[in-house]
Amino acid sequence: MNKTVANAEEAIKGITDNMVLGLGGFGLCGIPENCISAIVNKGIKNLTCISNNAGVDDFGIGLMLQKKQVKKMISSYVGENAEFERQLLSGELEVDLIPQGTLATRLMASGYGMPAIYTPAGVGTEIANGKESRKFIFNGEEKEYLMEHAFEIDYSIVKAWKGDTMGNLIFKATSRNFNPLIAMAGKITIAEVEELVPAGKLDPDHIHLPGIYVHRIFQGGNYEKRIEQRTLRKKV
Amino acid sequence: MLTKEQIAQRIAKELKDGYYVNLGIGIPTLVANYIPNGINVVLQSENGLLGIGPFPFEGEEDPDLINAGKQTITTIPGSAFFDSALSFGMIRAGKVHLTVLGAMEVSDTGDIANWKIPGKMVKGMGGAMDLVASAKNIIVAMQHCSKDGQSKLLTECTLPLTGIKCVKKIVSDLAVLEVTQNDGFRLLERAPGVSVEEIKSKTQGRLVIEGNIPEMVF
Repeated sequence: MNKTVANAEEAIKGITDNMVLGLGGFGLCGIPENCISAIVNKGIKNLTCISNNAGVDDFGIGLMLQKKQVKKMISSYVGENAEFERQLLSGELEVDLIPQGTLATRLMASGYGMPAIYTPAGVGTEIANGKESRKFIFNGEEKEYLMEHAFEIDYSIVKAWKGDTMGNLIFKATSRNFNPLIAMAGKITIAEVEELVPAGKLDPDHIHLPGIYVHRIFQGGNYEKRIEQRTLRKKV
Repeated sequence: MLTKEQIAQRIAKELKDGYYVNLGIGIPTLVANYIPNGINVVLQSENGLLGIGPFPFEGEEDPDLINAGKQTITTIPGSAFFDSALSFGMIRAGKVHLTVLGAMEVSDTGDIANWKIPGKMVKGMGGAMDLVASAKNIIVAMQHCSKDGQSKLLTECTLPLTGIKCVKKIVSDLAVLEVTQNDGFRLLERAPGVSVEEIKSKTQGRLVIEGNIPEMVF
């Protein structure tokens, strides 16, 4: 089984206007830079993007926003992005804000084949409006929980550190974040990796996401890996 | 009145040996600078790390290693990485002993508002709603009053809520207060030079004052 494709252009084949995309990353950490560029170049429009954040003005999903390719963002936090704010206030862009843990767990539910989950996040707030809720006695305490649905994603696009030709993925440090969850929620999942190796080269004990969740894989290049907040310690 | 650093320093006294702790963005992050000697705590970053280390030295920063505030950080011996679902799983399951976060308003029943101001650009709640809905012990670091002098410790929050009946303790620039089950805020300590009268006048929510209220010592 070989899931390798040549490059980002080939990997995003089949993504068309009006689709629902899932994109991995937290801030600018662990984002699929190559595929985002390919989507920008191809000019695909009216996309609904599920991603924890929406990039910054000139990087990440911000590049797609600049070209007005995004119709709706589903995220937990969308700060640090003036163009996002402008499009939101002018009504060009819709946004659905979801608690971060709920977002992660709804993605996980998709990959685990569960239509919904129950979470206490948002109980008693406007997030609960219109949602089904029920009380459970759990951990010795009766509490109210909201029912939250799994996502249905047409194409998921993630970034990993290493991958093999069967689609098995290993992530590095905190760039793992939403990537395995986005990956497991996609009907079709594309992984771009910094290093692509033949099947058998990765230790099966070290795989973070098994290749069954990945349909196309390629080795990306020219990773900028921009840092949002460069914080340093002084040498004494 | 306490400085932001002093608020952090006072909150650090609440840490206990063996705690797993999640520190929010802003003043709560500063708490890490005042962990008392002999106390071992592990800091959780909800983007997927247990064991946050100090900021890196110049040239050693790694774009793949950041905290929830998107700042470059390091690991400590014994750190572990995981995905965002597992991260919020351990929070939801009550494995994290203490959450420290900022607030715009807190009610005397422990409701908290810290994510949205009507009429202003809404950036999102991030992980705040998950944290406040699940954490067993929540300490809020906040200013006692708004810039125009309005109390932010209220009988009822006016801003959209982040969570209900969840805040256990508040360390403001004026006082340390406990949120009681039924009686409102209980005044525990006052900032150096701040009188009980001043705290009383600047707290709109129900306030319980019993006995002599000690002054904080730094």
